[in-house]
Amino acid sequence: MEVKDHNAAMLSNYEVFKLLTDLKEQRKDSGKNKHSAGQQNLNTIMYETLKYLSKTPCSRQSPETVKVFLTTLMPHKLTKAEKLQLLNHRPQTAVEIQLIVEESEERLSEEQIEELIQRVSDILPGDPEQEIAAPAPEAELDGTTES
Amino acid sequence: MFVVVEMVDTVRIPPWNFQRQLNDAIAEELNKKLANKVVYKVGLCICLYDITKLEDSYIFPGDGASHTKVHFRYVVFHPFLDEILVGKIKYCSQEGVHVTMGFFDDILIPPEALQQPAKFDETELVWLWEYETDEGAHDLYMDQGEEIRFRVTEEIFLDTSPTGPATAKPEAPAQPGQSTAPPPVEEEPVQKKEAPYTLQGTICEPGLGLLSWWNS
Repeated sequence: MEVKDHNAAMLSNYEVFKLLTDLKEQRKDSGKNKHSAGQQNLNTIMYETLKYLSKTPCSRQSPETVKVFLTTLMPHKLTKAEKLQLLNHRPQTAVEIQLIVEESEERLSEEQIEELIQRVSDILPGDPEQEIAAPAPEAELDGTTES
Repeated sequence: MFVVVEMVDTVRIPPWNFQRQLNDAIAEELNKKLANKVVYKVGLCICLYDITKLEDSYIFPGDGASHTKVHFRYVVFHPFLDEILVGKIKYCSQEGVHVTMGFFDDILIPPEALQQPAKFDETELVWLWEYETDEGAHDLYMDQGEEIRFRVTEEIFLDTSPTGPATAKPEAPAQPGQSTAPPPVEEEPVQKKEAPYTLQGTICEPGLGLLSWWNS
């Protein structure tokens, strides 16, 4: 076996999640041979990886949200690795952004960091349970009364 | 966290699988060979991404199976240096905090890379962070099962291929990342199974460590 390219492309968690979910559907239909000894390794790694990824923000993403997210990030001049980590982690605090973006104090001002958090929060879907626990403040400013 | 690796290999399809579509048979053989296995200096292989090229299949004298050279791409778990990852604490020991991600277990955060000052509690076998505030010192425990955010500082690949006839010991050529069956009992009691791929991390920065420490 020969490795032609160790790092042909980087994959976001969403892409791997989608690939594994599709593979699982495909194998469910084929039925009988997935329990043979040789297939156990694939079953184990698929199960564990899906279990891990389903608890991350990537499970709620779609190709459209990823595309919109990356287009809005273009003016910020972030490296590929930084954009990938923002996509995978969906940071909600300035501390997390500082971890992901190298030398963030020099490259981004405080308003830009706030703007980045806002964009991440708006474009990438969050955990619905988390959002029920902390209702958005805009809802309270709404002047219209409801019967 | 995940990368696509381009590889080339010769896949053997035994005659009883000739009725299957070649692509499917090859995909199955590749997954059987690589899934959940660590490839030296590449990473933990997850699953097949796609097959880019299939060359002609040959049948050699003496073997009824067909041999096909396949160019394919595989999804591999291989975090880059300084990447931020989230895992769960498996257990703590003198060597540091052992973190797991479910599909990958061998992540260690050595004591020097913990939030300082850190102390190891011998009775409960946990590491703790002696966090100082104006009100006094709080001991933040790093309990089992807690979610932890860390930065990758180092990756260590070990070649665990079988050694030569002089020190003959039957071992599997590619070590599974997660063993699905218990390994056979070794004759020498001192034999320790070395992990083919280990990651070392750090949590010595603001924002790293247990998620509960930073969620207000």
